[in-house]
Amino acid sequence: MTGTGEERLAELLSALPAPPRGWVESAQELPRLRAEADRLLARAETDTAFRQALVADLEAVLRREGIEPSRPVIERLLSSLGT
Amino acid sequence: MAEHISDEQLVASCRAGDEQAWQLLVSRYARYVYAIAAQAFRLPAYDAEDVFQDVFARVYERLGTLRDPSALRPWIAQLTRNACVDRLRTSGREQLGDQLDEAADDELERLDEAYAVRQALGRLTPECQEVLDRFFCRDESYRTIGEALSLPSGTIASRISRCLGKLRVEVEGRSEPLAASSEQVAR
Repeated sequence: MTGTGEERLAELLSALPAPPRGWVESAQELPRLRAEADRLLARAETDTAFRQALVADLEAVLRREGIEPSRPVIERLLSSLGT
Repeated sequence: MAEHISDEQLVASCRAGDEQAWQLLVSRYARYVYAIAAQAFRLPAYDAEDVFQDVFARVYERLGTLRDPSALRPWIAQLTRNACVDRLRTSGREQLGDQLDEAADDELERLDEAYAVRQALGRLTPECQEVLDRFFCRDESYRTIGEALSLPSGTIASRISRCLGKLRVEVEGRSEPLAASSEQVAR
């Protein structure tokens, strides 16, 4: 990128506005959320009653476990539980 | 973790389970992914948010399959592009999706340039980063910036001009080829 005029620079600077902060924070939380989902899945493998409760009302179980029922957690659990 | 870490280093750290590296990766590419969804594919906010989260979920899941870590940006661009087209198709806007996908190359080229400028901005002093970000990205007036930084408006104007000059030197000095374009990444 040579001969970049300052007007062009100014235009390019404004071409990438920041997304809402909540979107970014949610994406940044993925590793932690995945780990929480995996912990629940591991428990569901050995605890039939817990698995049944997850299948019956996923969000209620998450809340009971103190986990925010966020989309990454729910999608991870649903795909792994085969529901 | 330093902002100047390369994409290759960032990918390696993410693959090793470094959560801070993942946060930096998201932070580095958030504007880019958002711009592709909202500008190149003109998705409304609710669709753009879904695409945004889907893309980073895919990046997280598939980072281990990325053969060339230096191609992180075009890879993310292609994932985003695919996610946008899928979103338009599943919502019954196939024709619009195809039209925008065909027209997206020029817009992606512009966003690639904007990304390079954004990276160059990150190498300037914090004072320059702040004043340029406030003026050009957040669209704040001299007065608003002056009040926030406790500086007279005239000083803000001269600082913007000086920092823009430094940014120009930084962009031209590096003059990095914009890596592989998004088109070169297999879909």
